[in-house]
Amino acid sequence: MTTVSISNIVKRYGSKKTVTTALHGISFDVQQGELFGLIGPDGAGKTSLFRILTTLLLAEEGTATVDGFDVVKEYKEIRKRVGYMPGRFSLYQDLTVKENLDFFATIFNTTIEENYDLIKEIYQQIEPFKDRRAGKLSGGMKQKLALSCALIHRPSVLFLDEPTTGVDAVSRKEFWEMLKRLREQGITILVSTPYMDEASLCDRVALIQSGRIMQIDTPAGIVQQFGKKLLAVKSNNMLELLKILNDQEIVENAYPFGEYHHVVLKNGGEDVLRNELNRKGMLFEMEEAEANIEDCFIRLMNND
Amino acid sequence: MRVLRFLLQKEFRQIFRDPSILRLIFIMPVIQLVFLPFAADYEVRNIKLALLDRDHSAYSRALVNKITASGYFMLTANCVSFQEARAAIETDKADIILDIPPAFEKEIVKETEATLSMSVNAINGVKAGLGSAYLQRIIMDFNQDIRTEWIQFPRFDQDTRIAVTFSNWFNTSMNYKVFMVPGILVLLLTMIGANLTAINIVREKEIGTIEQINVTPVQKSHFILGKLIPFWILGLLVFTLGLGIARLFYGIIPAGSLVTLYAFAAVYLLAVLGLGLLISTYAENQQQAMLISFFLMMIFILMGGLYTSIDSMPDWAKAITKANPVSYFIDVIRMLVLKGSGFGDIGYQLGIITGFALVLNGWAVLNYHKRS
Repeated sequence: MTTVSISNIVKRYGSKKTVTTALHGISFDVQQGELFGLIGPDGAGKTSLFRILTTLLLAEEGTATVDGFDVVKEYKEIRKRVGYMPGRFSLYQDLTVKENLDFFATIFNTTIEENYDLIKEIYQQIEPFKDRRAGKLSGGMKQKLALSCALIHRPSVLFLDEPTTGVDAVSRKEFWEMLKRLREQGITILVSTPYMDEASLCDRVALIQSGRIMQIDTPAGIVQQFGKKLLAVKSNNMLELLKILNDQEIVENAYPFGEYHHVVLKNGGEDVLRNELNRKGMLFEMEEAEANIEDCFIRLMNND
Repeated sequence: MRVLRFLLQKEFRQIFRDPSILRLIFIMPVIQLVFLPFAADYEVRNIKLALLDRDHSAYSRALVNKITASGYFMLTANCVSFQEARAAIETDKADIILDIPPAFEKEIVKETEATLSMSVNAINGVKAGLGSAYLQRIIMDFNQDIRTEWIQFPRFDQDTRIAVTFSNWFNTSMNYKVFMVPGILVLLLTMIGANLTAINIVREKEIGTIEQINVTPVQKSHFILGKLIPFWILGLLVFTLGLGIARLFYGIIPAGSLVTLYAFAAVYLLAVLGLGLLISTYAENQQQAMLISFFLMMIFILMGGLYTSIDSMPDWAKAITKANPVSYFIDVIRMLVLKGSGFGDIGYQLGIITGFALVLNGWAVLNYHKRS
């Protein structure tokens, strides 16, 4: 069953002279109970799309439905059914943890007790601090509180806009664990992130760049479609190495990747490259690498 | 209703947890009402007088005595030449030069008429105008005294003279504080009402909480009422506090009915809160909101009839004061507090302020969108 359906959404900002198009006709569907990732760099249009789907922003063209309701005409129904966690922490900093949660529960005409089972696991971690003001919480706790507030009315669709930006590695991991458990409760989750490594944790991902969707598939499917030979090369002079690699005819693209440089070959020719580097007197290590989402993203970006 | 109750609870919690807001709401009016009326004095005292007495006669001394005895003037320079007196004005040692010509006494006695010359430093217009008016009045008085002294016989004056006596109604002692204090209270109410509402909502915009509210099914009307009601109550509290101070410090007890006064203040607050709400729908951040309301407050205060009389303004300025809610309340509060007017007398102003409340709030509601 399709929970979120987007077709040809166009969003422009600015007046006549300086129009910036944030979304160029985006279309995709998200199935019920899916953990769907919207992966793209800053400025790709992720937030604009989320704001359109949560009825905060009107699109110039195109239609979208959330949980079967039109985002323009039936926005009132949607507001009852979605949970939204914006990228920036936006709860009342001068209210306590419990007061914030109580407040959002009441606004949705429910109580904490009624949906406690849904937020229990997350809320229990911050419950010891329930009388502390939200502004005085640490980053990770703020994020847990924000998620609790977004879930308190048992939404059918949850929109999380860059929930892990600015959160430490351990909390990030925990957070994704929480999302997986929420998905098991049947909640459809749309999450946006600029971190490519988080893509593999989603059921399906859409790679988005400059307001256009480059690819939509399962993380495995995206990696499979990479279709080129990828090498990881390391040397004592990485800068020089990158220059040489990019000068080679047989190399499609070479870029720094952690402690290695990743090299995409046009049509194989690993030995040719090895010989060439030897000839230049480079000391290097070279091994075959498995492409991940980031490699796919870079490749798609360059093809455009 | 349950949602509205919670919105109100949240709003009050936030207000009472912010010590700076509380301070602003309660200490500001106290300070302004206790100190400002003493400073914002209409009367001009301590006018520095440079005397150039070239006569040194009994009459000239009597005149000078009369002037200094009035309490308005301080004799700061006793000059021997006009140059010296002029220098006194230039160095700011004197505001007015009174020049008594050499044959002053002789001329009064012989010609029954003498000339005095007065030179006024008009840099401070109010001081110059009032100072010269006081001085003229004292001299006229002096003139009268001499005449009565001379006319011994026939017993009744043969010239026809009109003597004017007057009494000040509603403020018998012409105590300016009696009409300043209620006026300042109106300004306070206006500033607190409009600023607090505007800044409070704009702050939610800045922090992003308004967005979080906008994705919920909260009704626009509930949200707006949740913002208006707390500040409406606070406004009435400040008003009560102000009336208390007026009674305690200045002995001002409203002559009219308190019910009428509060009824008008309640409607007036709605108009002012509507203004704040309207500002908040246009301003994106607190600086913008502050600047807009500061700009409006300046106009409201200077064209509100508190410091300058509206009747003496040019026609175009009078037209502007018609669009100034402050001027109506200042009018009404003076009528109610000083004159003891009844509900029927303020019907016109009440109607206009109700109109302001409806238009400002209506405009704000139309302009507030839960989505962009």
